[in-house]
Amino acid sequence: MIDASAASSTQYESLLDKTAIDRIDRRIIAATQTGLPLATRPYHLVAARVGIEPNEVMVFLRRMQELGIIRRIGVIPNHYALGYRANGMSVWDVPDEKADELGHKVGHLDFVSHCYRRPRHLPDWPYNLFAMVHGRSREQVQDKIAQIALLLGESIRGHTVLYSTRILKKTGLRLT
Amino acid sequence: MNNTLSELDKRLLNDFQRDFPLSNTPFADLALELGISQQEVIEKLRSLAERGAVSRIGAVLRPKQMGASTLAAMAVPKSQLDQVARLVNGYPHVNHNYEREHRYNLWFVVTAGDEDELQYTLQDIEQHSGIPVLSLPMLDDYHIDLGFELQWD
Repeated sequence: MIDASAASSTQYESLLDKTAIDRIDRRIIAATQTGLPLATRPYHLVAARVGIEPNEVMVFLRRMQELGIIRRIGVIPNHYALGYRANGMSVWDVPDEKADELGHKVGHLDFVSHCYRRPRHLPDWPYNLFAMVHGRSREQVQDKIAQIALLLGESIRGHTVLYSTRILKKTGLRLT
Repeated sequence: MNNTLSELDKRLLNDFQRDFPLSNTPFADLALELGISQQEVIEKLRSLAERGAVSRIGAVLRPKQMGASTLAAMAVPKSQLDQVARLVNGYPHVNHNYEREHRYNLWFVVTAGDEDELQYTLQDIEQHSGIPVLSLPMLDDYHIDLGFELQWD
């Protein structure tokens, strides 16, 4: 048994080969992807499902966070239910050589929920920088997108916003 | 929804979007911070989940860490939109699908075990719909995801 609070994950890693870790990671993610059980000892229940010790669940989760496989563990609010009904996918055509620098700036804005570089598909799709903005109204989203435009300044060669009109399917990430 | 939320509900929704305790009794840790009992924390969260305000308590994965995925877009004639949306939703590989106001009006995320399965799925959608699929996989991720500060009005 490993004490999650004491053992560093790298120490733990040496105990198992990488394939075994990947397999356990996947099983932990699969066992928690619909959420941690709302019980006094949730990791104990996950451990029973996965077939490992409770402390191992915590060690593996910490390790996945350190490696960036998991970005955060927490309460995930349903923004839509809480009134964030307007969702604008802003897309920008910026010079490739500036994409990283500009992307990091946009990605740090606190109202941007996703910011990615993606390939263009010319001539149909010239945009290479994507920034998702949520708000309670389109006006709110437009104000925020105006701030992005200000930040990107002269680097903008083209841009548009695609508002969502219907959610047709939304499920948590599934392992296939 | 928001005017039925107590101050405690709002704290539960906003304050614990990251750094959820990795301890034997994480809800007791939250309870200590909020000055209420562990049982109250669990009951409040259960109620918020039942009312749809909480999606889940759990991990947010960094995209592309497991398997292969892409953002796909299709320009679907309005008259065929519902039919094509149903087709796309039918794939277990598709976990988000949005209608958006644009010539490219159908936007969905496709996730597969590996690149081959991903490409096969995209081709399968093209064949069954007769409409080209634009595949826009993530090349770089610039966002530092800390959850975002909820505003209530």
